[in-house]
Amino acid sequence: MKTMKLLRNCREVTHLVLEGEDRALSGAERLSLRLHWMMCSACRNFRKQSDTLRVAVDRWRRYRDEG
Amino acid sequence: MTDFPSQVESLRPQLVRFARTQLRNDAWAEDAVSEAVLAALEKPQAFSGLSQLKTWLVGVLKHKVVDQLRRHAREATAVTDEDAQDLDDGLFDAHGHWRTPPVDWGDPEASCNRREFFEVLEACVEHLPPAQGRVFMMREWLELDTAEICKELQITSTNLWVLLHRARLRLRECLQLRWFNERPAPA
Repeated sequence: MKTMKLLRNCREVTHLVLEGEDRALSGAERLSLRLHWMMCSACRNFRKQSDTLRVAVDRWRRYRDEG
Repeated sequence: MTDFPSQVESLRPQLVRFARTQLRNDAWAEDAVSEAVLAALEKPQAFSGLSQLKTWLVGVLKHKVVDQLRRHAREATAVTDEDAQDLDDGLFDAHGHWRTPPVDWGDPEASCNRREFFEVLEACVEHLPPAQGRVFMMREWLELDTAEICKELQITSTNLWVLLHRARLRLRECLQLRWFNERPAPA
């Protein structure tokens, strides 16, 4: 059985965060993100930016459709 | 409702803009809006005010827009050079490290409720390459899931994800340049 790669670089982590917008990540994937974020403030910022973007787009949709 | 035609007319520019942002094609957008307005004309007595009419028209427009996307699926998913551009080399070095590390955008609540922010966000979405813009809007404005988008556009999930990822990376960069660089987050 193939073992999921646990330690990922910033590029791989970024791709995983982006995939997480459109599908549920596996436990191993979420663990690899957590381990990377412990070491990397840039990717922590990227995650926070992604969260902000998600909230922003959600509110933008409501602002347009209902405003 | 005696002023129904003028109410519809007053909402039309907004509807056309919504349809254009999604479809990125003026003729398709005109068709989708016209079909939505025709549907409203079938039941003018059903609306008790402008905001109710808008809500209803936007809901119908979303269906008409999906019809257009389905009808023009091949053109809608035609990938331009800009769509095809791989962003990774610009963002990451050979070891997969950030060339320019993402910065802290601060408290999202500070930006996300402001009209000016929505205008910048909308401009950034409109500047996405066309195929990326269409799938991004299908996901975020039409609120379709990825399986539905693949089905309507007849594309593979791999193709869809590549387009969505690039769209989100471009939006992030655009907001950094056009909003967050202008307004530094508090330390």
